[in-house]
Amino acid sequence: MVERCKACGFCVEFCPTKVLALSSAFNSKGYHPPHVVAPEKCSGCDLCGMYCPDFAIYGQRLPVAKEAAPARTAAATNLEVARES
Amino acid sequence: MTILDVTNPVEPFLRTDRMPHIWCPGCGIGTTVNCFARALIESKIDLQSLALVSGIGCTGRVAGYVKLDSFHTTHGRAIPFATGLKLANPKLNVIVYSGDGDLSAIGGNHLIHAARRNIDLKVICVNNLIYAMTGGQTAPTTPGHAITSTSPYGTCEPAFNLPHLVEAAGAVYVARWTTFHVKQLARSIGEAFQKKGFSFIEVISPCPTLYQRRNKLGDGLDTMKYYKEKSKVKHGAPTSEVGLTMTGEIIVGKFVDRDRPDYQSLLHAQMVESLGESYVEPSETVCSCS
Amino acid sequence: MKADPRGVLTGTHFLDGDHACCEGALAAGARFAAGYPITPSTEVVERFASRVPKVGGTFIQMEDELAASITLQGAVWGGAKAFTVTSGPGFSLMMEHIGYAAMTETPCVFVDVQRGGPSTGLPTLPAQADMMQARWGSHGDYEIIALCPNSPQECFDLTIQAFNFSEEFRVPVMFMMDEVVGHMTEKVIIPPADQIEVVPRRHTRKAVEDYLPYGTNGDGVPEMAHAGEGYKFHVTGLTHDEHGYPNMTPATQDKLVRRLQNKIHDAIDRITLLEEECFDSEDVVVVSYGITSRVAQRAIEMARERGLKVGKLRLITCWPFPEKRIRELAATTKAFVVPELNLGQMVREVERAANGKARTFAVPHAGGSVHRPEDILKVIVEASR
Repeated sequence: MVERCKACGFCVEFCPTKVLALSSAFNSKGYHPPHVVAPEKCSGCDLCGMYCPDFAIYGQRLPVAKEAAPARTAAATNLEVARES
Repeated sequence: MTILDVTNPVEPFLRTDRMPHIWCPGCGIGTTVNCFARALIESKIDLQSLALVSGIGCTGRVAGYVKLDSFHTTHGRAIPFATGLKLANPKLNVIVYSGDGDLSAIGGNHLIHAARRNIDLKVICVNNLIYAMTGGQTAPTTPGHAITSTSPYGTCEPAFNLPHLVEAAGAVYVARWTTFHVKQLARSIGEAFQKKGFSFIEVISPCPTLYQRRNKLGDGLDTMKYYKEKSKVKHGAPTSEVGLTMTGEIIVGKFVDRDRPDYQSLLHAQMVESLGESYVEPSETVCSCS
Repeated sequence: MKADPRGVLTGTHFLDGDHACCEGALAAGARFAAGYPITPSTEVVERFASRVPKVGGTFIQMEDELAASITLQGAVWGGAKAFTVTSGPGFSLMMEHIGYAAMTETPCVFVDVQRGGPSTGLPTLPAQADMMQARWGSHGDYEIIALCPNSPQECFDLTIQAFNFSEEFRVPVMFMMDEVVGHMTEKVIIPPADQIEVVPRRHTRKAVEDYLPYGTNGDGVPEMAHAGEGYKFHVTGLTHDEHGYPNMTPATQDKLVRRLQNKIHDAIDRITLLEEECFDSEDVVVVSYGITSRVAQRAIEMARERGLKVGKLRLITCWPFPEKRIRELAATTKAFVVPELNLGQMVREVERAANGKARTFAVPHAGGSVHRPEDILKVIVEASR
């Protein structure tokens, strides 16, 4: 999905908790996809997913064990890929 | 952090084999499709009952990207095509998804007549204030003074105020959002599915490549920031007061939510009144051809 | 399959061509029409609007012909058999959607009750000057089928045939009437439903995962799904591949456009309907169609009374043009005489098919009335010299 990104920056700008930044890496089209800079701040609200015009990112709340901290922390698979690439 | 075994919730609604799509960086059409998909998830609507009809233009390409029965028709004629689809199979939930030029210029006559008849269609009009697919020409929605490729010295024509137009023509649900208002837009689309009749949702969306660039209004992100800054939510605002200017305030919200009988209810009532028992419901036989 | 008896008004009637056309559509299974009023065609949809609610169907009067000609196609994809009816100026407005129907392979019928043109022309008087427009009016390369009735009875019979061809080949069929045929009243016999053969839709029964919306099984005509059945198919007027997805490459264009042509060309013998009185020894063959064929009949009889050897070839199918038969006749006859209510349209096709083997004489008429038989006779006499 990272290949769909066209680096419009919507997700970075409108993330309410500022989880994302545009990376210095390129995808094959030459765009800089976002990467996660503050994963612990992600609430999984999926606003990034709603804003993304290229269907390249989304957020999701993770299921957590009962005794664990309140469910939160989500980051899209593609961002992981983006960070690694 | 680990790689998560999850998928983008909108994937099931997309023809992923056709991605990446053709829309420019910073274009808002994809954002509206996202909101549309999330509205479908939220409303738990049976996807098999949905048919999506587009005209021609950048937004017209939505039909090619959604994994629904989808029709990319001719320029301006999405609404009459959708009308035929709905009348032939009233069980379908028919969505018209097209642009401002397609729906209000070449298709303007169909827009007002479908609203007048109150055909049960959900119309999502992505308004980028310009003809984008053809290279940025003046549209009936282009704000005064805006530079376009066919108004190189500025547009002198007054623009259509689309919510006002469709309200006057008879729409039962009229809302406007921008691509900044993703949650509100998704909610509005969901509400439109609850209405029976002609629903119209205008989404103001950036065209950074042609409209914003020529008018030195920045890129897609700058436009989104402008939407955030200058939009004012006014539910129930008189639609006569929601006209747009190039850099001014954008009134958004749900402007109209009213009820009046839709075309098929009126047709049915008229036939029952006039023909009594000799009236045969169309749905019983219309699909008998196979 | 046999006609749905609910749509068949079995009996002997006294009907004009417009009304007979409507009854033909109902008998063929049409349960949807979208129209816009225009003389001299309106009686077709007036009758449909009155009849169809009792049969189980819908008529909608749209805001213009652009709308009517695409609304009907929406109805077809919704599962209905559908048609629209118009005349000259309206037919001009429908051209883009004839191309859309050809490109998307939407089975449907366009009825054109021809009147004098160009432009508003002669709203209440006949012509046959839309014949080339019927074939070539939309942009791009495509094939359609066009049928030409010459009586109210044929308006009934051939309307059924028009729907049957449209379903069999998934092609828009032009039903080319004219003002005189549309407004003349004659005896029309409507047979019982079980004697009316109706071609059902090529409706797919494939599993969703096996279905290719524009894949074909050898005869060049794909199977069709309707909206709401779970196939989640895509239809576009753009050049598309077998999945129905836009694919704008020369190779895809070539494959698609040739298939659209070939599915009609390859079946031309089956599609060609002619009424013929030729014995391969005529000096002159009169080629005519529609109302003009009835005037030509009188001229042929007058010529025969004078001892001239004159044959008759009536084009019931005008498009695809039956050039094979013209070519055959050109080998044995001296000349073709082609009267038509225009200043020379189908005569060009006759001349092309004759290819110099026989001479071709037009009998042009600008429309507004039918020919005088004497005017056709004069050309027959000249041609037989």
